[in-house]
Amino acid sequence: MSTAATRVEVVQNAAGRRVPTCVNGREQRAFAGVNNDSPSGHKAAPPIRSAAAYPENGDKRVPDLETALKKCGLRDGMVVSSHHHLRDGDKVALMALQSAARLGVKDLMWFPSASFPSQAAAIDLMQAGAIHHIEGSMNGPLGDYCTQGKMRGLGVLRSHGGRWQAIQDGEIHIDVAVIAAPSADYFGNADGSHGKSACGSLGFALADSNYADHVIVVTDNLVPFPCIPWQIQGNNVDYVVEVESIGDPAKIVSGTTQITRSPDRLRIAEFVARFLRDTGIMRNGFSFQAGAGGIALAFVDYLRGMMKEAGVKARFVRGGSTRYLVEMLREGLTDYILDGQTFDLDAVRSIANDPRHVATSPFTSYNFHGKGNFASLVDAVVLGATEVDVNFNGNVVTHSDGRLLHGIGGWQNCLFAGCTILAVPSFRDRIPVIVDEVTTLTGPGELIDVVVTERGIAINPRRQDLLNAAKGSKLPIRSIQDIKAEVEKICGGKPARPKLKDAPAAVVKWVDGSVLDTVWQIG
Amino acid sequence: MATSLKTEIGREFEAGHCGKDVRSDLRVGFESRDSGDLEISVESRVKPYYGEAITAQARQVLEQLGVKNARLTIRDEGALPFVIAARIEAAVRRAGLAHGRRALPDEKATTPAPSTRDRLRRSRLYLPGSEPKYYVNAALHGPDAIILDLEDSVHPDEKDAARILVRNTLRAVDFAGSERMVRINQLPLGEADLAEIVPEAPDLILIPKTERVEQVVQIDSQIHQLKKQYGISRPIWLMPILESGLGIENAFAIVTASPNVAALTIGLEDYTADLGVVKTAEGRESVYARTRLVNAAKAAGVQAIDSVYGDVGDMDGLLRWGQESRALGFEGMGCIHPGQIPIVHRAYAPSQTEIDKALRIVAAFEDAKQRGLAVVSLGSKMIDPPVVNRAVKLVERARQMGLVNS
Repeated sequence: MSTAATRVEVVQNAAGRRVPTCVNGREQRAFAGVNNDSPSGHKAAPPIRSAAAYPENGDKRVPDLETALKKCGLRDGMVVSSHHHLRDGDKVALMALQSAARLGVKDLMWFPSASFPSQAAAIDLMQAGAIHHIEGSMNGPLGDYCTQGKMRGLGVLRSHGGRWQAIQDGEIHIDVAVIAAPSADYFGNADGSHGKSACGSLGFALADSNYADHVIVVTDNLVPFPCIPWQIQGNNVDYVVEVESIGDPAKIVSGTTQITRSPDRLRIAEFVARFLRDTGIMRNGFSFQAGAGGIALAFVDYLRGMMKEAGVKARFVRGGSTRYLVEMLREGLTDYILDGQTFDLDAVRSIANDPRHVATSPFTSYNFHGKGNFASLVDAVVLGATEVDVNFNGNVVTHSDGRLLHGIGGWQNCLFAGCTILAVPSFRDRIPVIVDEVTTLTGPGELIDVVVTERGIAINPRRQDLLNAAKGSKLPIRSIQDIKAEVEKICGGKPARPKLKDAPAAVVKWVDGSVLDTVWQIG
Repeated sequence: MATSLKTEIGREFEAGHCGKDVRSDLRVGFESRDSGDLEISVESRVKPYYGEAITAQARQVLEQLGVKNARLTIRDEGALPFVIAARIEAAVRRAGLAHGRRALPDEKATTPAPSTRDRLRRSRLYLPGSEPKYYVNAALHGPDAIILDLEDSVHPDEKDAARILVRNTLRAVDFAGSERMVRINQLPLGEADLAEIVPEAPDLILIPKTERVEQVVQIDSQIHQLKKQYGISRPIWLMPILESGLGIENAFAIVTASPNVAALTIGLEDYTADLGVVKTAEGRESVYARTRLVNAAKAAGVQAIDSVYGDVGDMDGLLRWGQESRALGFEGMGCIHPGQIPIVHRAYAPSQTEIDKALRIVAAFEDAKQRGLAVVSLGSKMIDPPVVNRAVKLVERARQMGLVNS
C-alpha cells in the first residue's frame, strides 16, 4: 500500500515545478509544455457484454445499492466513481460508499468528478479503511485531510476534460460507476433535466457510463420506458436502483443565482464587459463562456446591456448556465447555450424545454485527447483564480497558505479560449492576489491573457494584439507589476510564504494527463 | 470619556470588532501591567501571511504610545495596518494611557492637491467612521468627495475609537482625486474630533445640525488654531448642514459666518422630524427648505448641496430626485452606496442641448471680444452679460465633468 508519506522520486517539469514521477503506483509523465503532447496507442474500452446476460424485458432493477454493488462483484482495491451534477445536495455518492463499507470492502479508490463539503463523512470511511484515497477535487474538511497528509494515497486533481482523458486513455479504470439520475427508466436510460431532483445536464457521468466495467443508475424518479431524452444510454447500464431521494433539491440548484452586490466586484465585472466591447471581441457571431460566480454573473449582465446597445448577437454561449444566460437566449442575444453544468432553476427549466439550450459533456467541451474540443472555439472566457503571478500563471486549487480550496473544474480546459480573462479582486482580506510566484501552478501563464481587477486591467505582454486593440480606449490598462506594487503597499508588504513540508499531498494534472504541479503537505 | 479614565491595572480594555461576518477590522484587548514586559498574542484569518507582521506592528505601536508592560490580545479579521494601529491606540487610550501620544501609521498616502472653494462636488460618498472595510476602495468608484463620518453612523460608545481610525485613514489611505471630507459631531464632542483629525489636513469639515452663526464661528476658529499649531497651510473648507426649521431660518447668516464656508447642505431626516412631517420620495414637504437654502447659498456665492436619496435599490427614483434637485439649483448630493455615484453624476450633468447652447454663447462672446464689440449677439438675438456668465460657468463645469473636450 502506498501512503502519502512514502519517499517519492521527484523531477522538475517544463514549468520548473517539482513533481513526483509515480503517483498511487502509476508511472507519471512530467508536464512537457502546453502543446508538447503526442499520445499514442488506442483508447481504453469496457469489456464486451452480451444482451443474453441481461433481462430480456429490459428490467434491470435490483432492490438496493448493496445488492447492486455485490452483483457488480465489488471487492477490495476497486475504483468506484460518482459525479457532482447534484453538487452539494448529492446523497448518492456517500450512499454508495457507505453501502460498500457495509459489505466489508476495503481500500477503494473513490473517483468523484468533484467532492463537496457535504461529503465530509468520506473521512470516516478513509479512517475505517473502506476508502484508500480520493482522486478528484477536494475542499473543506476533505481538502484539509488531504493537505495534512492523512490520506493513504496522493490526491489527484484533474480538470473536467482531464478526467475524461484519464478514463479514455486508461490511466484510470473504473470498476463500478454509480450515477445519480433525476429521471431513469428500468432499462437504465437516464436524464437530468426532469424529476424532483432535476439538475440539468448529466455530462460528467457520460465517460463513466462509456468506459466503466459496471454501471449502476440510482434514481428517485423512475419513469416507464423510455426515459426521454436519454443523456445516459441504458445500453451501458448494468443495474437500476430506486431510492426515496437522490439529493437535497435546495442544495442541488440554487433557486436563483445572485449577482454580486459588492461594488468592487461589480466594478471588476463591468471592466471585463467593457474590455470585450472595446477590444472588438464582442461582435456579431462571437461566443463567450462565464460561470455562476458573483462576478461572472454580473459580467454577463453588463455584457448583455452592451450587446443590446450595439445590436450585437452571439452565435453561442457556454455555461455554467444560469438565468442570465437563459434570458439572453430568450431575448435572441445568442442562438444557443452549450451547457456543461446547470446552476439554477431557470436554467434547469430551460434545458428541459428549449431545444436551443443543449447539454454538452466533457468530451465535446473539454477533452484534450480528442480531435479538438469546443473550449478552443470560444472567443472569450471569464474565470476566477485564487492567485495569479507576475508571469500570468494562475492558481485555482489552493489558497496561498497551501490548503486545497477548489477543484480545477473546467478552468484549465477553458484556458484554450481565444481570450482568457481572470476576473479577480486585487486582494482578499489583507491577502494580495497577484504574487511573485503562484503557490500551486494550475494554469500556465502563456494561456492566460488578461487579469482584470478593481484597480485596473493587466494584459499579458505576449498578447500584443490585445494591447494594440485596447489602445485609445478608456480601459484602465496597467502592468501587472504596477497593480501588484500598489496592492502590496496597501496590504503592508508582501505576505509571508506558507511553510510546506517536502512531502506531496496531491498532484495537479495538466489537460494532457501530465503532472503540472504538486500540492505539498502543510507543515 | 476614555481619556478621563484613571489607569487601571489588570482590567482589560477593548476596541474594534471581530467575528465571522466582520471584515478588515480587529478586536484588541489591552491590559496594563506593573511589570512583565509586553505580551502579545495574535489570532488572525491572515496569520500564515501576516501573523509576524501584526505582532511586530503591535509592539511598535505600544512603544510609540509609551506602554512598557502590558498584555495585548488581537483577534484580526484581515485588517490593514492603519486599522490595526488605530484599534490598538483606542484600547490603550481607553485604559487611560498614552497621554499626548499618537501612534501614526508609517504608511502615508500621496498628498492630494489642495481643494478649491468651487471645485466639483456632485457626489460625496458616506463612509461610516467605524467601518474600515469600505475605505481603501472607496475612491475607485470615482466620487467627487468621500465623507468619513464621525456623527450619526457611529455609536456613542465608539466615538473615541472612530476619530482615531478616521485620523489614521486620512493619513494612510489614498483617496486619489476625491475631496476628503469629515463630518464631525456636534459641539462639544466635535472639538475632540477636530483636535484629532485637523492635523491630518482634511479638505472639508461638515458641521452637523447647524442652527446658529456661533457654531460655525467656534469651529472655524478652532480649525484656525489647530492649523497654526500644526503648520497647515492648505485650506480646510466648511460645509454646514442645516437640519432644523431654525437652521433654515438662519441659512444666510450661517453661510456668511466665515469665508471658509464653501458649500451649504441640508439633512432631510432631521429636518422632517423637526417639522413633524413624513419624509416622502417626492420631497414636497421639504421644497421650501431646499429652495430657501439654495437661495441663501447663491446669495453668499457658495454651492448648494442636496441631502441623500435613501433607497439604494431605486436608481430610477435617484435619477429623478437628482434631476429635480439640479433644476432647483443644487450642485450635488450625498451618496450612501457607490452604485449611486454614476447616477448622481448623470443627474447633475447639463444636457447636451444646454452644453451646445452654452458653447455657442461662449464662442459668440469670444468673437465679440476679439472684434472689440461691447454687445454679444447670437444670430439676431442680443445676449445679456448674466447669460454669458452662466454659459461660461456651465462650459467650465461640463469640462470638469469630462463632457466637453478641452
